Amino acid sequence: MDTIFRGFVEALRLIVELDRSLVEIVGLSLQVSGLALGLSVLLGVPLGVWLGMRRFRGQRLAVATIYTGMGLPPVVVGLVVYLLLSRQGPLGQLGWLFTPRAMVLTQTILSLPLVAGFTMTAINSVPPGLILQLRSLGATPTQVTLTLLYEARAGVLAAVVAGFGAIISEVGSVMIVGGNIAGKTRVLTTAIVLETRKGNFDLAIALGLILLGLTFTANWMLLHLQGRFESTR
Amino acid sequence: MKHRIPPTRSGRLDGAFFFHGAMSLRHIVILSFLLFAVAACLPPVGVEQPPAAGTRDELVLATTTSTYDSGLLDYILPDFERKTGIRVRVIAVGTGQALALGKAGDADVLLVHAREREEQFVAEGYAPSRHDVMYNDFVIVGPAEDPAGIRGMTSAAEAFKRIAQAQALFVSRGDDSGTYIKEQKIWQEAGITPQGDWYESAGQGMGAVLNMANEQQAYTLSDRSTFLARQREGLDLEILVEGDPVLFNQYGVLPVTPDKEHDINYGAAIAFVNWITSPETQELIASYGIEQFGSQLFFPNARGNQAGD
Repeated sequence: MDTIFRGFVEALRLIVELDRSLVEIVGLSLQVSGLALGLSVLLGVPLGVWLGMRRFRGQRLAVATIYTGMGLPPVVVGLVVYLLLSRQGPLGQLGWLFTPRAMVLTQTILSLPLVAGFTMTAINSVPPGLILQLRSLGATPTQVTLTLLYEARAGVLAAVVAGFGAIISEVGSVMIVGGNIAGKTRVLTTAIVLETRKGNFDLAIALGLILLGLTFTANWMLLHLQGRFESTR
Repeated sequence: MKHRIPPTRSGRLDGAFFFHGAMSLRHIVILSFLLFAVAACLPPVGVEQPPAAGTRDELVLATTTSTYDSGLLDYILPDFERKTGIRVRVIAVGTGQALALGKAGDADVLLVHAREREEQFVAEGYAPSRHDVMYNDFVIVGPAEDPAGIRGMTSAAEAFKRIAQAQALFVSRGDDSGTYIKEQKIWQEAGITPQGDWYESAGQGMGAVLNMANEQQAYTLSDRSTFLARQREGLDLEILVEGDPVLFNQYGVLPVTPDKEHDINYGAAIAFVNWITSPETQELIASYGIEQFGSQLFFPNARGNQAGD
Protein backbone atom coordinates (compact mmCIF):
# COMPACT_ATOMS: atom_id res chain seq x y z
CA MET A 1 0.00 0.00 0.00
CA ASP A 2 2.84 2.26 1.00
CA THR A 3 4.52 1.81 -2.35
CA ILE A 4 1.34 2.72 -4.21
CA PHE A 5 0.97 5.90 -2.18
CA ARG A 6 4.61 6.86 -2.73
CA GLY A 7 4.12 6.05 -6.42
CA PHE A 8 1.20 8.45 -6.50
CA VAL A 9 3.32 11.22 -4.99
CA GLU A 10 6.15 10.41 -7.38
CA ALA A 11 3.75 10.51 -10.34
CA LEU A 12 2.56 13.97 -9.29
CA ARG A 13 6.14 15.15 -8.90
CA LEU A 14 7.13 13.90 -12.36
CA ILE A 15 4.11 15.54 -13.96
CA VAL A 16 4.48 18.87 -12.14
CA GLU A 17 8.21 19.07 -12.89
CA LEU A 18 7.61 17.97 -16.51
CA ASP A 19 10.48 15.53 -16.13
CA ARG A 20 12.35 15.46 -19.44
CA SER A 21 12.63 11.71 -19.86
CA LEU A 22 8.99 11.34 -18.84
CA VAL A 23 7.90 13.81 -21.51
CA GLU A 24 9.99 11.89 -24.03
CA ILE A 25 8.53 8.54 -23.00
CA VAL A 26 4.92 9.76 -22.98
CA GLY A 27 5.48 11.53 -26.30
CA LEU A 28 6.82 8.40 -27.94
CA SER A 29 4.03 6.24 -26.48
CA LEU A 30 1.40 8.56 -27.92
CA GLN A 31 3.23 8.89 -31.23
CA VAL A 32 3.67 5.15 -31.77
CA SER A 33 0.22 4.09 -30.59
CA GLY A 34 -1.44 7.10 -32.23
CA LEU A 35 0.16 6.39 -35.60
CA ALA A 36 -0.66 2.69 -35.35
CA LEU A 37 -4.25 3.54 -34.45
CA GLY A 38 -4.48 6.00 -37.34
CA LEU A 39 -3.29 3.36 -39.79
CA SER A 40 -5.68 0.80 -38.29
CA VAL A 41 -8.63 3.15 -38.67
CA LEU A 42 -7.64 4.03 -42.21
CA LEU A 43 -7.51 0.37 -43.19
CA GLY A 44 -9.80 -1.24 -40.62
CA VAL A 45 -12.93 0.91 -40.90
CA PRO A 46 -13.33 0.40 -44.68
CA LEU A 47 -12.57 -3.29 -44.20
CA GLY A 48 -15.16 -3.57 -41.43
CA VAL A 49 -17.77 -1.71 -43.47
CA TRP A 50 -17.12 -3.94 -46.44
CA LEU A 51 -17.35 -7.12 -44.39
CA GLY A 52 -20.51 -5.84 -42.70
CA MET A 53 -22.32 -4.92 -45.89
CA ARG A 54 -21.35 -7.55 -48.39
CA ARG A 55 -22.16 -11.21 -48.44
CA PHE A 56 -19.65 -13.31 -50.30
CA ARG A 57 -18.13 -16.75 -50.52
CA GLY A 58 -15.51 -17.28 -47.84
CA GLN A 59 -16.93 -14.56 -45.65
CA ARG A 60 -17.07 -16.82 -42.66
CA LEU A 61 -13.39 -17.56 -43.05
CA ALA A 62 -12.62 -13.86 -43.28
CA VAL A 63 -14.67 -13.09 -40.17
CA ALA A 64 -13.12 -15.96 -38.24
CA THR A 65 -9.69 -14.66 -39.23
CA ILE A 66 -10.57 -11.17 -37.99
CA TYR A 67 -11.91 -12.56 -34.71
CA THR A 68 -8.72 -14.55 -34.22
CA GLY A 69 -6.75 -11.41 -34.93
CA MET A 70 -8.63 -9.65 -32.14
CA GLY A 71 -6.98 -11.99 -29.66
CA LEU A 72 -3.47 -12.08 -31.10
CA PRO A 73 -0.86 -12.38 -28.36
CA PRO A 74 1.38 -9.28 -28.63
CA VAL A 75 4.56 -11.26 -27.93
CA VAL A 76 3.87 -13.59 -30.84
CA VAL A 77 3.27 -10.66 -33.18
CA GLY A 78 6.46 -9.08 -31.83
CA LEU A 79 8.42 -12.25 -32.38
CA VAL A 80 7.22 -12.71 -35.96
CA VAL A 81 7.88 -9.08 -36.86
CA TYR A 82 11.29 -9.36 -35.17
CA LEU A 83 12.19 -12.33 -37.35
CA LEU A 84 10.98 -10.52 -40.47
CA LEU A 85 13.01 -7.40 -39.68
CA SER A 86 16.06 -9.22 -38.36
CA ARG A 87 19.36 -8.93 -40.23
CA GLN A 88 18.86 -12.41 -41.60
CA GLY A 89 15.13 -11.86 -42.16
CA PRO A 90 13.45 -11.06 -45.48
CA LEU A 91 12.93 -7.40 -44.53
CA GLY A 92 16.28 -6.94 -42.81
CA GLN A 93 17.42 -4.47 -45.45
CA LEU A 94 14.89 -1.91 -44.21
CA GLY A 95 16.86 -1.45 -41.01
CA TRP A 96 13.64 -0.99 -39.03
CA LEU A 97 14.48 -3.27 -36.10
CA PHE A 98 14.86 -1.36 -32.81
CA THR A 99 13.26 1.76 -34.29
CA PRO A 100 9.81 3.29 -33.63
CA ARG A 101 8.78 2.19 -37.13
CA ALA A 102 8.94 -1.46 -36.11
CA MET A 103 6.81 -0.63 -33.06
CA VAL A 104 4.18 1.13 -35.21
CA LEU A 105 4.13 -1.91 -37.47
CA THR A 106 3.45 -4.44 -34.69
CA GLN A 107 0.87 -2.22 -33.01
CA THR A 108 -0.93 -1.72 -36.31
CA ILE A 109 -1.09 -5.49 -36.74
CA LEU A 110 -2.50 -5.76 -33.22
CA SER A 111 -5.16 -3.04 -33.48
CA LEU A 112 -6.28 -3.51 -37.09
CA PRO A 113 -8.41 -6.62 -36.41
CA LEU A 114 -10.01 -4.94 -33.39
CA VAL A 115 -11.00 -1.86 -35.38
CA ALA A 116 -12.20 -3.92 -38.37
CA GLY A 117 -14.05 -6.46 -36.22
CA PHE A 118 -15.93 -3.96 -34.07
CA THR A 119 -16.76 -1.81 -37.11
CA MET A 120 -18.19 -4.85 -38.84
CA THR A 121 -20.36 -5.65 -35.81
CA ALA A 122 -21.55 -2.06 -35.66
CA ILE A 123 -22.51 -2.09 -39.35
CA ASN A 124 -24.28 -5.42 -38.87
CA SER A 125 -26.40 -3.95 -36.12
CA VAL A 126 -27.92 -1.33 -38.41
CA PRO A 127 -31.43 -2.56 -39.39
CA PRO A 128 -31.11 -4.27 -42.78
CA GLY A 129 -34.29 -2.60 -43.99
CA LEU A 130 -32.44 0.69 -44.05
CA ILE A 131 -30.29 -0.31 -46.99
CA LEU A 132 -33.34 -1.28 -49.04
CA GLN A 133 -35.09 1.90 -48.08
CA LEU A 134 -32.10 4.04 -49.06
CA ARG A 135 -31.73 2.23 -52.36
CA SER A 136 -35.38 2.62 -53.17
CA LEU A 137 -35.01 6.33 -52.51
CA GLY A 138 -32.34 6.36 -55.20
CA ALA A 139 -29.19 6.65 -53.03
CA THR A 140 -25.89 5.90 -54.73
CA PRO A 141 -23.73 3.10 -53.23
CA THR A 142 -21.42 5.75 -51.72
CA GLN A 143 -24.38 7.50 -50.11
CA VAL A 144 -25.64 4.17 -48.73
CA THR A 145 -22.23 3.41 -47.24
CA LEU A 146 -21.85 6.82 -45.67
CA THR A 147 -25.34 6.71 -44.19
CA LEU A 148 -24.66 3.27 -42.71
CA LEU A 149 -21.43 4.50 -41.24
CA TYR A 150 -23.24 7.48 -39.77
CA GLU A 151 -25.92 5.27 -38.26
CA ALA A 152 -23.29 2.97 -36.79
CA ARG A 153 -21.04 5.79 -35.56
CA ALA A 154 -21.30 4.89 -31.87
CA GLY A 155 -20.12 1.38 -32.59
CA VAL A 156 -17.32 2.60 -34.86
CA LEU A 157 -16.13 4.88 -32.09
CA ALA A 158 -16.12 1.91 -29.74
CA ALA A 159 -13.95 0.15 -32.30
CA VAL A 160 -11.43 2.98 -32.14
CA VAL A 161 -11.49 2.96 -28.33
CA ALA A 162 -10.88 -0.79 -28.25
CA GLY A 163 -8.01 -0.48 -30.69
CA PHE A 164 -6.34 2.28 -28.72
CA GLY A 165 -6.79 0.57 -25.36
CA ALA A 166 -5.21 -2.61 -26.67
CA ILE A 167 -2.03 -1.02 -27.96
CA ILE A 168 -1.29 1.84 -25.55
CA SER A 169 -1.16 -0.71 -22.71
CA GLU A 170 0.70 -3.38 -24.66
CA VAL A 171 4.27 -4.26 -23.72
CA GLY A 172 5.16 -7.59 -25.31
CA SER A 173 5.63 -6.57 -28.92
CA VAL A 174 7.21 -3.14 -28.41
CA MET A 175 9.75 -4.62 -26.01
CA ILE A 176 10.81 -7.21 -28.58
CA VAL A 177 10.94 -5.10 -31.72
CA GLY A 178 11.73 -1.74 -30.10
CA GLY A 179 14.33 -2.90 -27.60
CA ASN A 180 13.38 -0.33 -24.92
CA ILE A 181 16.30 1.95 -25.87
CA ALA A 182 16.37 5.10 -23.74
CA GLY A 183 15.41 8.16 -25.75
CA LYS A 184 14.79 6.12 -28.89
CA THR A 185 12.28 3.35 -28.39
CA ARG A 186 11.38 3.46 -24.69
CA VAL A 187 7.65 3.82 -24.11
CA LEU A 188 5.59 3.85 -20.90
CA THR A 189 4.97 0.13 -20.71
CA THR A 190 8.56 -0.91 -21.35
CA ALA A 191 9.77 1.72 -18.88
CA ILE A 192 7.46 0.18 -16.25
CA VAL A 193 8.97 -3.27 -16.87
CA LEU A 194 12.47 -1.80 -16.56
CA GLU A 195 11.81 0.09 -13.33
CA THR A 196 10.16 -2.98 -11.81
CA ARG A 197 13.21 -5.07 -12.70
CA LYS A 198 15.44 -2.44 -11.15
CA GLY A 199 13.41 -2.57 -7.96
CA ASN A 200 12.29 1.07 -8.33
CA PHE A 201 8.72 0.22 -7.43
CA ASP A 202 7.77 3.84 -6.66
CA LEU A 203 8.76 5.01 -10.10
CA ALA A 204 7.19 1.95 -11.74
CA ILE A 205 3.87 2.62 -10.02
CA ALA A 206 4.15 6.30 -10.90
CA LEU A 207 4.57 5.45 -14.58
CA GLY A 208 1.69 2.99 -14.29
CA LEU A 209 -0.56 5.69 -12.87
CA ILE A 210 0.45 8.06 -15.65
CA LEU A 211 -0.37 5.38 -18.23
CA LEU A 212 -3.76 4.80 -16.62
CA GLY A 213 -4.42 8.53 -16.55
CA LEU A 214 -3.50 8.83 -20.21
CA THR A 215 -5.79 5.97 -21.25
CA PHE A 216 -8.57 7.37 -19.12
CA THR A 217 -8.22 10.82 -20.67
CA ALA A 218 -8.23 9.40 -24.18
CA ASN A 219 -11.34 7.34 -23.47
CA TRP A 220 -13.03 10.26 -21.76
CA MET A 221 -12.48 12.41 -24.82
CA LEU A 222 -13.83 9.72 -27.13
CA LEU A 223 -16.82 9.18 -24.89
CA HIS A 224 -17.46 12.88 -24.92
CA LEU A 225 -17.37 12.80 -28.69
CA GLN A 226 -19.78 9.88 -28.67
CA GLY A 227 -22.12 11.81 -26.36
CA ARG A 228 -22.11 14.70 -28.79
CA PHE A 229 -22.96 12.32 -31.60
CA GLU A 230 -25.86 10.90 -29.66
CA SER A 231 -27.33 14.27 -28.87
CA THR A 232 -27.30 15.38 -32.50
CA ARG A 233 -29.47 12.45 -33.46
CA MET B 1 -38.23 -40.89 -28.86
CA LYS B 2 -36.71 -37.52 -28.80
CA HIS B 3 -38.77 -34.85 -27.17
CA ARG B 4 -37.93 -31.46 -25.93
CA ILE B 5 -37.93 -30.89 -22.19
CA PRO B 6 -39.26 -27.45 -21.46
CA PRO B 7 -37.02 -25.40 -19.22
CA THR B 8 -38.15 -25.78 -15.63
CA ARG B 9 -39.51 -22.58 -14.31
CA SER B 10 -37.66 -22.72 -11.04
CA GLY B 11 -34.39 -23.18 -12.80
CA ARG B 12 -33.73 -26.37 -10.88
CA LEU B 13 -31.83 -29.00 -12.75
CA ASP B 14 -34.10 -31.92 -13.38
CA GLY B 15 -31.88 -34.85 -14.15
CA ALA B 16 -33.82 -35.79 -17.25
CA PHE B 17 -32.34 -33.22 -19.54
CA PHE B 18 -28.91 -34.72 -19.30
CA PHE B 19 -30.22 -37.73 -21.15
CA HIS B 20 -32.41 -36.08 -23.70
CA GLY B 21 -31.28 -34.15 -26.68
CA ALA B 22 -32.28 -30.56 -26.37
CA MET B 23 -30.78 -28.33 -23.74
CA SER B 24 -32.20 -24.87 -23.42
CA LEU B 25 -29.91 -21.89 -23.26
CA ARG B 26 -30.97 -21.44 -19.66
CA HIS B 27 -29.87 -24.94 -18.76
CA ILE B 28 -26.54 -24.39 -20.41
CA VAL B 29 -26.01 -21.20 -18.47
CA ILE B 30 -26.92 -22.85 -15.19
CA LEU B 31 -24.76 -25.84 -15.95
CA SER B 32 -21.75 -23.74 -16.82
CA PHE B 33 -22.18 -21.76 -13.62
CA LEU B 34 -22.26 -25.00 -11.65
CA LEU B 35 -19.19 -26.34 -13.40
CA PHE B 36 -17.42 -23.09 -12.75
CA ALA B 37 -18.40 -23.14 -9.09
CA VAL B 38 -17.19 -26.72 -8.69
CA ALA B 39 -13.94 -25.92 -10.48
CA ALA B 40 -13.40 -22.96 -8.22
CA CYS B 41 -13.73 -25.15 -5.13
CA LEU B 42 -11.37 -27.87 -6.30
CA PRO B 43 -7.69 -27.53 -5.47
CA PRO B 44 -5.84 -26.46 -8.61
CA VAL B 45 -4.14 -29.28 -10.41
CA GLY B 46 -0.64 -28.79 -11.68
CA VAL B 47 -0.70 -25.09 -10.82
CA GLU B 48 1.95 -24.05 -8.40
CA GLN B 49 0.53 -22.10 -5.49
CA PRO B 50 2.62 -19.04 -4.74
CA PRO B 51 4.06 -20.09 -1.40
CA ALA B 52 4.87 -17.66 1.37
CA ALA B 53 8.56 -17.02 1.75
CA GLY B 54 8.64 -18.94 5.00
CA THR B 55 7.30 -22.36 4.10
CA ARG B 56 9.70 -24.58 5.97
CA ASP B 57 10.75 -26.89 3.18
CA GLU B 58 10.98 -24.17 0.58
CA LEU B 59 13.63 -21.53 0.03
CA VAL B 60 13.26 -18.46 -2.15
CA LEU B 61 16.54 -17.58 -3.85
CA ALA B 62 16.77 -14.21 -5.56
CA THR B 63 19.68 -14.17 -7.96
CA THR B 64 21.00 -12.47 -11.04
CA THR B 65 19.99 -13.57 -14.50
CA SER B 66 23.58 -14.63 -15.23
CA THR B 67 23.63 -17.55 -12.77
CA TYR B 68 20.32 -18.75 -14.13
CA ASP B 69 20.74 -18.08 -17.86
CA SER B 70 24.15 -19.72 -17.88
CA GLY B 71 22.62 -22.94 -16.57
CA LEU B 72 24.76 -23.05 -13.41
CA LEU B 73 21.82 -23.22 -11.00
CA ASP B 74 20.16 -26.06 -12.87
CA TYR B 75 23.48 -27.84 -12.59
CA ILE B 76 24.14 -27.41 -8.86
CA LEU B 77 20.74 -26.95 -7.17
CA PRO B 78 19.58 -30.58 -7.45
CA ASP B 79 22.50 -31.46 -5.15
CA PHE B 80 21.24 -29.02 -2.50
CA GLU B 81 17.68 -30.29 -2.77
CA ARG B 82 18.84 -33.88 -2.50
CA LYS B 83 21.01 -33.23 0.53
CA THR B 84 18.61 -31.05 2.52
CA GLY B 85 15.15 -31.87 1.20
CA ILE B 86 14.58 -28.14 0.82
CA ARG B 87 13.06 -27.07 -2.48
CA VAL B 88 14.52 -23.93 -4.01
CA ARG B 89 12.40 -21.40 -5.85
CA VAL B 90 14.64 -19.28 -8.05
CA ILE B 91 13.77 -15.68 -8.89
CA ALA B 92 16.22 -14.56 -11.57
CA VAL B 93 16.32 -10.77 -11.81
CA GLY B 94 18.83 -7.93 -11.93
CA THR B 95 21.03 -7.38 -8.88
CA GLY B 96 19.05 -4.21 -8.07
CA GLN B 97 15.75 -6.05 -7.94
CA ALA B 98 17.27 -9.01 -6.10
CA LEU B 99 18.42 -6.66 -3.33
CA ALA B 100 15.00 -4.97 -3.33
CA LEU B 101 13.34 -8.38 -2.96
CA GLY B 102 15.57 -9.08 0.02
CA LYS B 103 14.73 -5.74 1.62
CA ALA B 104 11.02 -6.37 1.15
CA GLY B 105 11.32 -9.81 2.74
CA ASP B 106 10.23 -11.51 -0.48
CA ALA B 107 13.38 -13.63 -0.70
CA ASP B 108 15.23 -15.73 1.89
CA VAL B 109 18.69 -15.71 0.39
CA LEU B 110 20.47 -13.71 -2.32
CA LEU B 111 23.18 -14.74 -4.77
CA VAL B 112 24.31 -11.55 -6.49
CA HIS B 113 27.34 -9.75 -7.86
CA ALA B 114 27.74 -6.11 -6.89
CA ARG B 115 30.15 -6.10 -3.99
CA GLU B 116 29.76 -2.53 -2.79
CA ARG B 117 26.00 -2.70 -2.80
CA GLU B 118 26.09 -6.05 -1.02
CA GLU B 119 28.25 -4.58 1.71
CA GLN B 120 25.88 -1.67 2.01
CA PHE B 121 23.01 -4.18 2.27
CA VAL B 122 24.76 -5.81 5.23
CA ALA B 123 25.59 -2.42 6.78
CA GLU B 124 21.92 -1.47 6.62
CA GLY B 125 21.09 -4.60 8.57
CA TYR B 126 19.18 -6.48 5.89
CA ALA B 127 21.63 -9.36 5.99
CA PRO B 128 23.80 -10.51 8.91
CA SER B 129 26.73 -11.29 6.65
CA ARG B 130 27.98 -11.69 3.09
CA HIS B 131 30.22 -14.48 1.81
CA ASP B 132 32.33 -14.87 -1.29
CA VAL B 133 31.15 -17.74 -3.48
CA MET B 134 32.86 -17.60 -6.84
CA TYR B 135 33.79 -15.26 -9.63
CA ASN B 136 33.41 -15.25 -13.33
CA ASP B 137 34.56 -12.60 -15.73
CA PHE B 138 33.21 -10.11 -18.17
CA VAL B 139 34.30 -9.80 -21.76
CA ILE B 140 33.91 -7.00 -24.28
CA VAL B 141 32.28 -8.46 -27.35
CA GLY B 142 31.62 -6.98 -30.74
CA PRO B 143 31.43 -7.62 -34.47
CA ALA B 144 34.27 -9.45 -36.20
CA GLU B 145 34.99 -6.36 -38.35
CA ASP B 146 35.75 -4.48 -35.11
CA PRO B 147 35.21 -0.93 -36.44
CA ALA B 148 36.74 0.67 -33.33
CA GLY B 149 39.82 -1.55 -33.53
CA ILE B 150 39.87 -2.85 -29.95
CA ARG B 151 40.71 -6.49 -30.59
CA GLY B 152 43.37 -7.82 -28.27
CA MET B 153 43.60 -4.73 -26.08
CA THR B 154 44.47 -5.51 -22.45
CA SER B 155 42.79 -2.55 -20.80
CA ALA B 156 39.00 -2.46 -20.76
CA ALA B 157 38.98 1.29 -20.09
CA GLU B 158 41.25 1.98 -23.10
CA ALA B 159 38.98 -0.17 -25.27
CA PHE B 160 35.93 1.78 -24.12
CA LYS B 161 37.76 5.03 -24.96
CA ARG B 162 38.34 3.84 -28.51
CA ILE B 163 34.70 2.81 -28.91
CA ALA B 164 33.60 6.26 -27.76
CA GLN B 165 36.09 8.00 -30.05
CA ALA B 166 34.97 5.95 -33.03
CA GLN B 167 31.32 6.56 -32.06
CA ALA B 168 30.84 2.85 -32.69
CA LEU B 169 27.45 1.53 -31.65
CA PHE B 170 27.46 0.19 -28.06
CA VAL B 171 24.45 -1.47 -26.44
CA SER B 172 24.29 -1.04 -22.67
CA ARG B 173 22.22 -3.08 -20.23
CA GLY B 174 21.09 0.15 -18.60
CA ASP B 175 19.11 -1.79 -16.02
CA ASP B 176 20.88 -1.54 -12.67
CA SER B 177 22.23 -5.08 -13.02
CA GLY B 178 25.68 -6.12 -11.79
CA THR B 179 26.84 -6.11 -15.39
CA TYR B 180 25.62 -2.55 -15.85
CA ILE B 181 27.28 -1.42 -12.63
CA LYS B 182 30.53 -2.92 -13.90
CA GLU B 183 30.11 -1.17 -17.24
CA GLN B 184 29.61 2.17 -15.50
CA LYS B 185 32.77 1.56 -13.50
CA ILE B 186 34.77 1.02 -16.67
CA TRP B 187 33.37 4.17 -18.31
CA GLN B 188 34.31 6.05 -15.16
CA GLU B 189 37.82 4.65 -15.32
CA ALA B 190 37.98 5.74 -18.96
CA GLY B 191 36.88 9.22 -17.94
CA ILE B 192 33.93 9.19 -20.31
CA THR B 193 30.25 9.85 -19.76
CA PRO B 194 28.74 7.80 -22.56
CA GLN B 195 25.94 9.53 -24.38
CA GLY B 196 24.82 10.12 -27.93
CA ASP B 197 23.31 8.12 -30.74
CA TRP B 198 26.06 5.51 -30.60
CA TYR B 199 25.24 4.59 -27.00
CA GLU B 200 22.01 2.62 -26.62
CA SER B 201 20.71 2.08 -23.11
CA ALA B 202 18.41 -0.92 -23.49
CA GLY B 203 17.23 -1.62 -19.97
CA GLN B 204 16.96 -5.32 -20.68
CA GLY B 205 18.53 -8.62 -19.66
CA MET B 206 21.85 -9.98 -20.94
CA GLY B 207 20.24 -12.29 -23.47
CA ALA B 208 18.15 -9.51 -25.03
CA VAL B 209 21.10 -7.11 -25.08
CA LEU B 210 23.30 -9.69 -26.82
CA ASN B 211 20.55 -10.10 -29.43
CA MET B 212 20.40 -6.37 -29.96
CA ALA B 213 24.18 -6.10 -30.28
CA ASN B 214 24.14 -9.01 -32.70
CA GLU B 215 21.38 -7.52 -34.86
CA GLN B 216 23.03 -4.12 -35.01
CA GLN B 217 26.59 -5.48 -35.04
CA ALA B 218 27.37 -3.38 -32.00
CA TYR B 219 29.70 -3.71 -29.02
CA THR B 220 28.57 -4.69 -25.56
CA LEU B 221 29.85 -5.91 -22.21
CA SER B 222 28.75 -9.41 -21.29
CA ASP B 223 29.54 -11.98 -18.66
CA ARG B 224 31.51 -14.77 -20.28
CA SER B 225 29.12 -17.57 -19.38
CA THR B 226 26.02 -16.01 -20.92
CA PHE B 227 28.01 -14.98 -23.99
CA LEU B 228 29.43 -18.48 -24.55
CA ALA B 229 26.04 -20.09 -24.06
CA ARG B 230 24.47 -17.70 -26.57
CA GLN B 231 27.33 -17.89 -29.05
CA ARG B 232 26.66 -21.57 -29.47
CA GLU B 233 23.16 -20.64 -30.58
CA GLY B 234 24.57 -18.58 -33.42
CA LEU B 235 25.49 -15.11 -32.18
CA ASP B 236 27.58 -13.36 -34.80
CA LEU B 237 29.81 -11.61 -32.26
CA GLU B 238 33.30 -12.30 -30.92
CA ILE B 239 35.21 -11.78 -27.70
CA LEU B 240 37.51 -8.84 -28.41
CA VAL B 241 38.85 -7.83 -24.98
CA GLU B 242 39.33 -10.03 -21.92
CA GLY B 243 41.58 -10.61 -18.94
CA ASP B 244 41.71 -7.09 -17.46
CA PRO B 245 41.37 -7.48 -13.65
CA VAL B 246 38.60 -4.86 -13.66
CA LEU B 247 36.54 -7.38 -15.63
CA PHE B 248 36.45 -9.92 -12.80
CA ASN B 249 33.06 -10.40 -11.27
CA GLN B 250 32.74 -11.54 -7.66
CA TYR B 251 29.56 -13.30 -6.56
CA GLY B 252 28.40 -13.11 -2.95
CA VAL B 253 25.74 -14.98 -1.03
CA LEU B 254 23.65 -13.18 1.61
CA PRO B 255 21.07 -14.71 3.95
CA VAL B 256 18.26 -12.21 4.60
CA THR B 257 17.94 -11.10 8.23
CA PRO B 258 14.76 -12.53 9.74
CA ASP B 259 12.35 -10.13 11.40
CA LYS B 260 8.87 -10.25 12.89
CA GLU B 261 7.13 -8.71 9.88
CA HIS B 262 8.28 -11.14 7.25
CA ASP B 263 8.30 -14.87 7.38
CA ILE B 264 11.91 -15.42 6.37
CA ASN B 265 13.07 -19.02 6.15
CA TYR B 266 16.33 -18.23 7.90
CA GLY B 267 17.26 -21.82 8.75
CA ALA B 268 17.07 -22.86 5.12
CA ALA B 269 18.97 -19.72 4.08
CA ILE B 270 21.85 -20.60 6.42
CA ALA B 271 21.82 -24.17 5.14
CA PHE B 272 22.10 -22.78 1.62
CA VAL B 273 25.02 -20.49 2.52
CA ASN B 274 26.85 -23.35 4.21
CA TRP B 275 26.18 -25.65 1.29
CA ILE B 276 27.28 -23.29 -1.49
CA THR B 277 30.52 -22.39 0.32
CA SER B 278 31.31 -26.02 1.19
CA PRO B 279 34.30 -27.69 -0.54
CA GLU B 280 32.11 -30.23 -2.37
CA THR B 281 29.80 -27.61 -3.87
CA GLN B 282 32.77 -25.43 -4.74
CA GLU B 283 34.19 -28.34 -6.70
CA LEU B 284 30.84 -28.83 -8.40
CA ILE B 285 30.81 -25.16 -9.44
CA ALA B 286 34.33 -25.48 -10.84
CA SER B 287 33.31 -28.43 -12.97
CA TYR B 288 30.40 -26.63 -14.61
CA GLY B 289 30.73 -25.76 -18.26
CA ILE B 290 33.77 -27.86 -19.10
CA GLU B 291 31.71 -30.57 -20.72
CA GLN B 292 29.13 -28.28 -22.29
CA PHE B 293 31.11 -25.23 -23.38
CA GLY B 294 34.67 -26.49 -23.31
CA SER B 295 35.71 -24.01 -20.65
CA GLN B 296 35.18 -23.41 -16.96
CA LEU B 297 32.65 -20.61 -16.46
CA PHE B 298 32.72 -19.93 -12.73
CA PHE B 299 35.76 -19.95 -10.47
CA PRO B 300 34.90 -20.84 -6.87
CA ASN B 301 36.70 -18.84 -4.20
CA ALA B 302 34.76 -19.26 -0.96
CA ARG B 303 37.25 -19.30 1.86
CA GLY B 304 35.55 -22.02 3.86
CA ASN B 305 33.60 -19.23 5.49
CA GLN B 306 30.63 -20.82 7.15
CA ALA B 307 27.70 -18.67 8.17
CA GLY B 308 27.13 -20.54 11.40
CA ASP B 309 25.50 -23.78 12.32
